[in-house]
Amino acid sequence: MQLSTRHLLGIKELTPSDISLILSTAEQFKEVLQRPVKKVPSLRDVTIVNLFYENSTRTRFSFELAQKRLSADTLNFAASSSSAAKGETLLDTVNNILSMKVDMVVIRHSSSGAPHFLAQHIPAAIVNAGDGINEHPTQALLDAFSITEKYGQLKGRKVAIIGDILHSRVAQSNIHLLNKMGAEVVVCGPPTLIPKHIQSAWNVTVSYDLKETLNWCEVANVLRIQLERQNQVLFSSLREYRLHYGINRQLLDGLQKPITVMHPGPINRGVELDSDVADSHQSIILQQVENGVAVRMAVLYLLSNRNLA
Amino acid sequence: MQPILDTTAYAQAVQQLAIALLERHPNLNNTVLVGIQQGGVVLGWDLVRQLRKESGLQDLEMGLLDITFYRDDFRTSILAPDRMNIPFSIEDKTVILIDDVLFTGRTIKAALDVLLDYGRPGRVELLVLADRKEHRQFPIQADYVALTVSTQRSQKLKLLSAEGGGQTLVLLES
Repeated sequence: MQLSTRHLLGIKELTPSDISLILSTAEQFKEVLQRPVKKVPSLRDVTIVNLFYENSTRTRFSFELAQKRLSADTLNFAASSSSAAKGETLLDTVNNILSMKVDMVVIRHSSSGAPHFLAQHIPAAIVNAGDGINEHPTQALLDAFSITEKYGQLKGRKVAIIGDILHSRVAQSNIHLLNKMGAEVVVCGPPTLIPKHIQSAWNVTVSYDLKETLNWCEVANVLRIQLERQNQVLFSSLREYRLHYGINRQLLDGLQKPITVMHPGPINRGVELDSDVADSHQSIILQQVENGVAVRMAVLYLLSNRNLA
Repeated sequence: MQPILDTTAYAQAVQQLAIALLERHPNLNNTVLVGIQQGGVVLGWDLVRQLRKESGLQDLEMGLLDITFYRDDFRTSILAPDRMNIPFSIEDKTVILIDDVLFTGRTIKAALDVLLDYGRPGRVELLVLADRKEHRQFPIQADYVALTVSTQRSQKLKLLSAEGGGQTLVLLES
């Protein structure tokens, strides 16, 4: 068993058996993380550079921890404190780093397609840690792992993705993954935050009614309102957004059955999620973070195979 | 495919191993069993059943150990891992490491590395069904061996489930 690709650029590029292999390998790494020594020597001959051109706490820490747990050597790069601030191009930066013999590059970039561009031009394995409004594949994989852990399998699951679908790479990766694995997807949010042709382009149902969506689903994956990516007014105020699309305790208690709440973080508390939802037993937000390390270990481990096409 | 042990001979070999183990560790006090995936786990469960029969001890547990993440050759042929589960403490215990075949010694070396990440056993002993002695690459030997088999380097010695239950040990040409 091995992956069909030597990079993780997006869920779009993975086959269902790639996804299953990553999830089942992650399960074994989760066991590693419960041991007294939470570390294996698998990647001790591999050097990985983390190129973060965009801010991140969770994803960067999670990747870094995954690399350390696999015994890889790591280099960290933050655009704000590097030569990129002096105007060096992405390709020059990466080629300079590669000449120091780096095997893998984990990249987050505000431009969609930056990881794909690197994959075409440099010999290292590329892992996309979020590119613009395109994809965030490891987030979708850890979301899928968390759902599987709770419900046994993805096939037939009813998953709602709620909020800012338009600017969300998490939504896009999740929709591709859930589609490939046979789950049902409803996207829900204000009309201005849902891409126009999403229903026909991707196999999802669109709903503008939060309560109806929550009554339908088993899992609600609630997205962050991405204020930094909005260059025009798409809803009138955060207060109005909260009124129509914020999830609160009263709303959850009024549903026909209990649902599971997920959020990729960081949470805008009191906007898309209230604290008494985010911190409740129905929320698996912190499990998602824990699972993120195991899933990223699986991705890095599987991509370190030198025989991949 | 050349049969080395049929199901009856396999069952006798397991019995012989169980008796040898109980001779050295009566009542298996302070002793835990750990089978190496995958052949060692199959042999291990058969051994547990036999030990229960021989000793009357009912609460025997066996841990499952997988060496995939510790292999020294995985970068060229990456393998999907098997289940790993050691649900008890190995601290200061005598650990009986179980594998079906002892060959180059590399698997056992990796298994020892895994074990040490779980704690500090007081003592580790190795129990195997078959020993391919002449192909050892590391200075490792077993404490309990049912049989020594003379083989070619390129051949494979494998446990196979028999139809109608039980195991057989066969020599395969690669």
